[in-house]
Amino acid sequence: MSAILLRGGRVIDPTSGANDFADVLLENGVIREVNYTTRSGELDAFAADMGAEVLDCTGCIVAPGIIDAHVHLREPGQTHKETIATGTQSAVAGGVTTVVAMPNTTPVTDSVALLQFVQSVQRDPSARVLAMPAATVGSMGGELTDYAALAEAGAIGFTDDGKPVLADEVMKHALIAAAKLALPISQHAEDTRMTVGASMNFGPVAFRLGLRGMPIEAESSIVERDIRLLEEIERETKLRPHLHVQHVSTGKALAAIRDAKSRGLHVTCEVAPHHIAFTDEAIAGDAAQRSRRYDTHFKMNPPLRSRAEVDACIAAVLDGTVDIIATDHAPHAHHEKNVEFERAPNGITGLETSLGASLRILHREHGMGLVDVLALMTSAPAEKLHLPRLGYDVGRIQTGAFADVMVFDVAAEWTYDVRTTRSKSRNTPFDGAPMLGKVKFTLVHGEVKYRA
Amino acid sequence: MSLPSANATSHPGSLTSIHDISLDGITRLLALTDRLVAEPHRERVKHLDGRKVALLFYESSTRTRTSFELAAKSLGAMTTLVSDKSSSIEKGESLHDTGVTLRALGAECIILRSNYSGAPEVLARSTGLPVLNAGDGMHEHPSQALLDLRTMLTRLGLSQQLTPTTMAGKTVVITGDIRHSRVARSNAILLPKLGARVIFCGPTELCPKEALDISHGVEIERDFEKALRQADVAMMLRIQRERLAGLDIDSAEYIAGYQLNEQRLRAHAPKALVMHPGPMVRGLEIDSAAADGPQSAIEEQVAHGLAVRMALLHRALLGEANA
Repeated sequence: MSAILLRGGRVIDPTSGANDFADVLLENGVIREVNYTTRSGELDAFAADMGAEVLDCTGCIVAPGIIDAHVHLREPGQTHKETIATGTQSAVAGGVTTVVAMPNTTPVTDSVALLQFVQSVQRDPSARVLAMPAATVGSMGGELTDYAALAEAGAIGFTDDGKPVLADEVMKHALIAAAKLALPISQHAEDTRMTVGASMNFGPVAFRLGLRGMPIEAESSIVERDIRLLEEIERETKLRPHLHVQHVSTGKALAAIRDAKSRGLHVTCEVAPHHIAFTDEAIAGDAAQRSRRYDTHFKMNPPLRSRAEVDACIAAVLDGTVDIIATDHAPHAHHEKNVEFERAPNGITGLETSLGASLRILHREHGMGLVDVLALMTSAPAEKLHLPRLGYDVGRIQTGAFADVMVFDVAAEWTYDVRTTRSKSRNTPFDGAPMLGKVKFTLVHGEVKYRA
Repeated sequence: MSLPSANATSHPGSLTSIHDISLDGITRLLALTDRLVAEPHRERVKHLDGRKVALLFYESSTRTRTSFELAAKSLGAMTTLVSDKSSSIEKGESLHDTGVTLRALGAECIILRSNYSGAPEVLARSTGLPVLNAGDGMHEHPSQALLDLRTMLTRLGLSQQLTPTTMAGKTVVITGDIRHSRVARSNAILLPKLGARVIFCGPTELCPKEALDISHGVEIERDFEKALRQADVAMMLRIQRERLAGLDIDSAEYIAGYQLNEQRLRAHAPKALVMHPGPMVRGLEIDSAAADGPQSAIEEQVAHGLAVRMALLHRALLGEANA
């Protein structure tokens, strides 16, 4: 394996708080040395001896690669939308070095064999592919999958993503079974009994468009229920279950999470860039959001919410209630999205726009520190998903850590053009949207997987 | 890079939402309607002689379908009806592919009724043809709003030269299943542009407060009789049982609170124009005395529908300049 010297960049390592110029030497898939220096070049001779390739990082930030906790790779079974190969090519183009694959493939990833298929190097992944297999068999919400066997085979958590574990008893058993393995249950919080036939956020815009709406309580009531279950389990057993709430989109659910955290419960949550970038007005056709009426590129679940909910999500990111940013990258083919709004599948792509949109919104528009934004995308997902404990030393730029690194120009202002995408699908609401921070190199396991 | 605005890819002859046509455009359309109505049949059939119009009806309809079909034929166009019961729609063909197929077969204009809100936008983008929305889900029914307008202007003795004050001082009370009504939405968007006050009336389940946001000049009044006393027009809507989805409406209670009947009409709105887009459920939202009485314009609405739709087809196929 070859060596690489990342020369002349500014290293931001959220774990240690480091934020200074440094040369970084990578060898055999790990970080060999991080040399903080005001004068770049001290590692040059050393690197030359090793025959290292030198990447010029002048003017760029060198940061841990992004870890995206919520990604749909569509393989097996839906390879016309995406494959593990194309999805991870899209990932590295966005600075993402680790993706957590969701199990709602065809068939549903609910067995060791399917989990191994998803994790297989034969799928030609450009990024690390970790996976959360289904929490229940076929994601049908009934019988639990074999958590112990799946964990043994590499599962980093369990989820029925795309739908909730609705039955109280099943969710309780899932939390207990996962807690015994010290893994999270990752919950798609939606009381589907309250969202029958609904295709966007409930409110005035939905009324205007004649679309049935999803009330915010459909999300918050499941979060509140799950938190009650955590308390029950802690009271009744010696276990400490970990609930991870996916793609939170409402102030009410965030308030419940904030409160649960203050009471010491083990709850983490994620927010998706699109939920802080757009409002439900986009579906009515909004020039400011570059949308057309009934634009299915703005249809996802949870849906885009009102301005007040978007503001609540941003506030929750700023105050630390939100643990991580994850994209819910959900590719769909053009012909699948080019239908009536109510018939279109939910979901949008997001791997290539995660960094640019997050930096623009959180760093530029809301003054969040650069290190803090990067933490939400790198060190925090590593820590919250227990990745070091599971054997993945990712999310930090320190000697000995995995050489999963992104190099980006933090000052670059650019516009996303979906025609350049490496995903098989183009269903993004960010086409033409302003971005801040452009990825120059992405390295996974010490190899350059993306070059701008 | 900026994307086109909502309708930039749509044909200018399309009418997918009442938002798509300006007051000036409606004024011209109403004048055209008058001209077409006045023409002898022999002249009228020359306008669209040999042109091809497809009626794509994913949802059953008597009045709107027949109205559009007769309107097209009155102008000499050939029509073909594609309905969900007798076509590839049933086999799961997409709206996009159905539209492209109709275009390939020579359709120059498609009239679409769909269960899905926003379906006309999809069809318009897919085909580039003029698309006339004949009702989409719970969204809009713009040609209905235009025929309702022509009915109101005629019966209230108002000018067809529309301005933002044409209907100033007039109050239109729309009562019933506002939540599921595309007629209510199109009317509530159009009428305030002419200065009319629109009062939505109905129980909370059928008339949610979110409805207020649809347009300036819209109010909600839960007390039907109080609303009626202010009404120049009492527009009644059908309770759409097929769309209620989980809502439980007690018929007896609804009748007691919101039925337009002879006694209520005489006591609270003895001069108001009575309208209903049909189909009526007699004995539920309206009784026969009110529906058939001298204040009723319900039958006239149907006649205005045919007339206005002739003009809409003329506009779609011969262009706005000729409208």
